[in-house]
Amino acid sequence: MDQILTYTFIAGLLAATIRMSIPLIFGTLGELFNERSGVLNLGIEGIMTLGAMAAFVGTYLTGSLLVGVIAAIVCGMILSILMAFLTVTLGLSQHVSGIGVTFFGTGVSYYIYRLIVGTPKVPPIVDPFQVIRIPILSDIPLIGEAFFSQYLLVYIAFLSIPAAYWVLFKTSLGLKIRTCGENPAAADTMGVNVSGTRYLSLIIGGGLIGLGGAFLTIAQNNMFTFGTVAGRGWVCIALIVFANWKPGKVLLGALLFSLIDAFQLRLPMLGLHIPYQIFLMLPYLITIVMLVLVARKASYPAAMLKSYSREE
Amino acid sequence: MTTDQTAINLIKVDSLEARGIVKRFPGVLANDHIDFEVHAGEVHSLLGENGAGKSTLMKILYGMYQPDEGEILVNGKVVRIRSPLDAMSHGIGMVHQHFMLVPTLTVTENIALGLPSSRKVLLDLDVVARRIEELAAIYHLQINPKAPVWQLSVGEQQRVEILKVLYRGASVLILDEPTAVLTPQEVDGLFKTLHKMVAQGHALVFISHKLWEVMALSNRVTVLHTGRMVGELPIEEADERKLASMMVGRDFLMRVDHPEVEMGEVHLELKGIRALGESGLESLKGVDLRIRSGEILGLAGVSGNGQRDLAEVIAGLRPPTAGEVFMEGVDVTGWTPAKLLEHGLSYIPEARMVDGTVGDFSVSENLIMKDHTYPPYADGIFMNFKNIAKESKRLVETFDIKTPSIATPIKNLSGGNIQKLILAREISRGPRVLVAAQPTRGLDIRATEYVRRRITEQREKGVTTLLISEDLDEILSLSDRIAVIFEGEIMGVVDRDDATFENLGLMMGGRKMETEE
Repeated sequence: MDQILTYTFIAGLLAATIRMSIPLIFGTLGELFNERSGVLNLGIEGIMTLGAMAAFVGTYLTGSLLVGVIAAIVCGMILSILMAFLTVTLGLSQHVSGIGVTFFGTGVSYYIYRLIVGTPKVPPIVDPFQVIRIPILSDIPLIGEAFFSQYLLVYIAFLSIPAAYWVLFKTSLGLKIRTCGENPAAADTMGVNVSGTRYLSLIIGGGLIGLGGAFLTIAQNNMFTFGTVAGRGWVCIALIVFANWKPGKVLLGALLFSLIDAFQLRLPMLGLHIPYQIFLMLPYLITIVMLVLVARKASYPAAMLKSYSREE
Repeated sequence: MTTDQTAINLIKVDSLEARGIVKRFPGVLANDHIDFEVHAGEVHSLLGENGAGKSTLMKILYGMYQPDEGEILVNGKVVRIRSPLDAMSHGIGMVHQHFMLVPTLTVTENIALGLPSSRKVLLDLDVVARRIEELAAIYHLQINPKAPVWQLSVGEQQRVEILKVLYRGASVLILDEPTAVLTPQEVDGLFKTLHKMVAQGHALVFISHKLWEVMALSNRVTVLHTGRMVGELPIEEADERKLASMMVGRDFLMRVDHPEVEMGEVHLELKGIRALGESGLESLKGVDLRIRSGEILGLAGVSGNGQRDLAEVIAGLRPPTAGEVFMEGVDVTGWTPAKLLEHGLSYIPEARMVDGTVGDFSVSENLIMKDHTYPPYADGIFMNFKNIAKESKRLVETFDIKTPSIATPIKNLSGGNIQKLILAREISRGPRVLVAAQPTRGLDIRATEYVRRRITEQREKGVTTLLISEDLDEILSLSDRIAVIFEGEIMGVVDRDDATFENLGLMMGGRKMETEE
């Protein structure tokens, strides 16, 4: 107990929590756009993997982090267009299409990585994003370390939450997206282009998910390994139910999950005689418990999983 | 008139005309060279049975379908309407039969959807709300713009639909069976609004199959039958009989015999039934009903007032939270559906494709669904296919089910034939208690007549029948007594001879009546 209550332990835990929540925030916000427009995007895991790979390879080849970030966003968007083509244009099952996109995205990422990097004994690394210390604020004890001494992408992630809220609830586009997710027939009769709106939502979401992947390889780490994403996409799918499709609660869910995850990483250091696999299970176990408690009251977008075509 | 101009910029249309419209769907000629026109300041009604092609024609005018032949003219000029957006830009608006609203959004959000905002990308909901209030005042369409749509009554939701169209400056309004879901009092209110619109120079297309409404409202009427035009006539030359015979293609008077029947004991009794609905809120709040053998009790009411839940409670599909159900004096509360079926209950559910049948199963499989574990359909754990085929063929013949074979998946059958199949299954079981929910909804006039006749026959056999229907004509022509349900409570029970549109209408709108029983 004494070890847990030390200043360094808590400061480290908080900073790690924030860092680990970033891919989840980007991923869940991306998925939020998809689902609010009526498309469940199970391709998220593959899109995030592609984003992680593209960011690494882009930076590795050019030495520019900006190129890496742009590559991740663009690749995420492109793979989302495939998802949109399958589910919106062809009207195929969203479940099957999404799982297909995940396998495709993962496979293609590994393939391109091998093509470009080959199989060296020591995996190559890039110079990742450096911590930006915000003057004065970063000197606040505890909080300063966690919140104001972080990578650029962390600040962007936190700003993108109010931005997503603003787009979805304060703009005409947001109203169109939400209506397509609730009642596409109503949107259509009001002159809204349902297919176009869903494509756009998937593309916006794909960019955000790709960016979440980028954080893993060029900020939090400096390399791409197979299994980098490690199920974070699936966690986003669960978080969005926990968040009840509201941007503000996405933050809460992502922080909660990351706190538990960061905590379990530190448990073995305390010298407890428990197999570490038990700790690894902890965040997922708690996710399941939270979903059991929350999901029964979840209010899904009414038209999610439903394709729309006019003459039928 | 200054308020009118600030409220909306009407897209002025003097005439809308469709010429020689042809629309084919796989296997169906939905519109066969239809001509139709409507002018500013008039109501032109479109009359026809289900499947006559009314909705298809209107969806073509509104750009939701593209015609295979023919042209559309606005103010005498040929236009192409490729989408609802095109239609709206030509001043054409549609009030859909199934409301196109998003329940989780507010009235204002529903109306603002897809409109350019005065603040560019930002929503201007306060501006929209103010204009809605101005419009509402002009057209007698009182509404709270800030209310979420799920809180509104059906009548109020319809007002939102109409406001949506008016807000976009439509001068031609297509109203697709707007009275189908309203109480008689709400219909009066709607008519007042429609009269106001005509006075303001709107052109209205009124789609209906209710003759008296067409007579009361229109200047002209066009009758369609199986996709073809039967004729167009000014209302002065029309009367209900004439329109009815044009509509069904023969002289027709809807009448089902209602002979005197000896009534027996109370065979279905509900005592203080309470239950939760789909949304988890209480949808039945203490329902008491007593039905005798040989009696049909009609349960009238606007849809969504607990009818479906009540039928499910009796059929054992929904557990009541309080109260008891007695069948032939036995307390059957909490029995499983299987046990109730064995005890002589038959149930015709309102969602015939969802609860009544399995679309991918064959005619014979659907016919034996409830009794497939008993002889003659089963020998122990095996099915007796010879007996199943024999009995299926007999039922198909007796009940006049039109199907290529008994092995045809029933999703390929028409709605009327599927309903006949359900009827065949439920009646051939020899029930003692029958619950029939919306048994003729969506059927054409011939199938309707057939189903109603079959149900009245059961009455003569001493069956106890609860008939749940939103169709007042049906309730009035079949029932011995009529109960009205409103928000999960029985508003009153009247004998068939004491029932009028007026007293039923008042009860459907939530007025409790003192009735002796």
